[in-house]
Amino acid sequence: MTRKKIKSYPTDAAYDVIIIGGGLSGLSFAAGLGGAGISVLCIEREDPAHMATQSYDDRTIAISLGSYRVLEQFGITHFLSDNDMCPIRHIDISEGSSPVLLNFLSHDIDIDAFGYIIENRFLRRALYQKIESLDSVHLLSSTHVVDFEILSDHVQVKTSSGACFSAKLVVGADGRSSFTREWMNIGVREWSYRQSAHVCMMAHEHPHHFTAVENFRPEGPFAILPMPDDENGRHRSAVVWSRHHRKKIKNLENIGIFEAGLQALVPTSYGRIEVISKPVLYPLGFVHAHRYTGTRMALIADAAHGIHPIAGQGLNLGFRDMSALYQLIISAHKQGRDIGASALLSTYEQKRRFDNMMMSAATDTLNKLFAHPSKSFGLIRKAGLKMIQSVKPAKRFLMKYASGL
Amino acid sequence: MNTVDPKEIQNFSKDSAHWWDTQGPFAPLHRLNPVRLGYIKEQICSHFKRDERSFSSLTGLRLLDIGCGGGLISEPMARLGAMVTGIDADAQAIEVARAHAELHGLKIHYQNSSTSDLLTKKKQKSSYDMVLALEIVEHVREPGSFVEECFELCAPDGIVIFSTLNRTPASYALGIIAAEHILRWVPRDTHDWNKFIKPSELGQYVRAAGGICQDIRGMVFSPLKGQFVLSRSNVDVNYFMCCHKPA
Repeated sequence: MTRKKIKSYPTDAAYDVIIIGGGLSGLSFAAGLGGAGISVLCIEREDPAHMATQSYDDRTIAISLGSYRVLEQFGITHFLSDNDMCPIRHIDISEGSSPVLLNFLSHDIDIDAFGYIIENRFLRRALYQKIESLDSVHLLSSTHVVDFEILSDHVQVKTSSGACFSAKLVVGADGRSSFTREWMNIGVREWSYRQSAHVCMMAHEHPHHFTAVENFRPEGPFAILPMPDDENGRHRSAVVWSRHHRKKIKNLENIGIFEAGLQALVPTSYGRIEVISKPVLYPLGFVHAHRYTGTRMALIADAAHGIHPIAGQGLNLGFRDMSALYQLIISAHKQGRDIGASALLSTYEQKRRFDNMMMSAATDTLNKLFAHPSKSFGLIRKAGLKMIQSVKPAKRFLMKYASGL
Repeated sequence: MNTVDPKEIQNFSKDSAHWWDTQGPFAPLHRLNPVRLGYIKEQICSHFKRDERSFSSLTGLRLLDIGCGGGLISEPMARLGAMVTGIDADAQAIEVARAHAELHGLKIHYQNSSTSDLLTKKKQKSSYDMVLALEIVEHVREPGSFVEECFELCAPDGIVIFSTLNRTPASYALGIIAAEHILRWVPRDTHDWNKFIKPSELGQYVRAAGGICQDIRGMVFSPLKGQFVLSRSNVDVNYFMCCHKPA
């Protein structure tokens, strides 16, 4: 097979796919495609050595079972050990200070876990290891893209270092404020919840029994996600504590007050808690791109949609994007079809748009439902949740949906 | 004997510029393409013992695509490594195919000719490992002679794959009334139902030409999946026939 020579710019190398952004989604997608024999270049602004440190990113993510299976398919779980992640086997859902309203058990739907909690840096490390084992994937870091040029059979990608690469398909995985999306001239629908969430890690006296707690409060959700014990055997969990914007916590400097506030919210079964990582404040909002695709270009994950992290679905939606686009690319490539063809990209858009809308609408509704201050509304809400708790099929459906199956 | 029907060629020629437009007059072919390619690759790989999962499983095989049009099948076959010759009686389609392949950096030998023309050259005889005659038998004059020509071009131990429309009430309803008149998937008068061929008839032509029919597979629209899928039981409308030319 011959490739057409590019006249105007010298091309350093030609790939099947170039992924813009080497975050968790970009790296995962690169690992998946590369493992299937597709040649991939992944371009990342930052220096990976810096990104792998705990201080760069001490967030944890909830990987749904559906996402976990995508990671498995991409050959990434092989590089994760049991100590890196914690299974979620119970989910307790409650409202305000009321007792638990809904209680999900993974056994009820015959799965080992609803998903796993993993520190971003561990997943990142596994991704680097996987990519290093692949000849088909090149990672180019500390460089960013300055321009694209779309030609009939490929796209040229020009970088800040003056290099130029070409690919049949460019995938934008460059996050919420995606350069790729901007370059494609795709607008976004965006709104803020006027809420922010503090994210931190806590150590607690008693084991968490693989339980995730989701407590819906008028100011937004409060969640506790189980983590593996640390090397000293301390029990740990991650905390997502959302607040109204206007009540932005001024006392953050005083970790003692933060800790006392947190202790009051954490169920007593956890015993004494201690905040063990600096709480970081993230704004909550929703961003949805008007389109996911253009000529020979596609957006995935946060570049296409960023949602409220209330149900831990942010990256999980990204994995669903990746899975869909992966299937389309591999089956086209196996048949010798053009992997950047417009028909393929519009199929991707169709497949993902609806699902992403549904999921963001569902989480949005859930959030609005619980953020509603009226008392009578609260009663209806409670009755609804109680009903779900007692109606088995409805509960099973919700559980499966939450685990991304 | 020339099996090309000039009226049929005229009919296609007016849309030649649109071969690669996935929304244009050839949209149905684009929609069918993944299924068609899937079937062809499956048959070729099983016959020539190639790895179906590979991205270059046809490397080195000589392939003739009869009635190649704009190259919708020729190009993927070339990407998979086959040495492809594409012929079409429509000169404009060949122009489009050539330009498109060049644009995509693919080396494909396109030629404005018919099977009858090819056979006038001695070295063309028995020189292709695979001969594809897709959605074409229903457009030729004398299908029996056409099938014979296909086998003459095929190398011993090679395979010939046909795809066409069955002559059944279902194909009249779907292939003519629905596709041409209601859904307008294809331009009117694209097909003449009387020229449609039953698998039994095609099988007779194949046997007469010295071939052995190895597989018959239907192509049906699955409303559940919203796409065309292969079917072993339903060959009422579109179907494939994969034949072996004994060594």
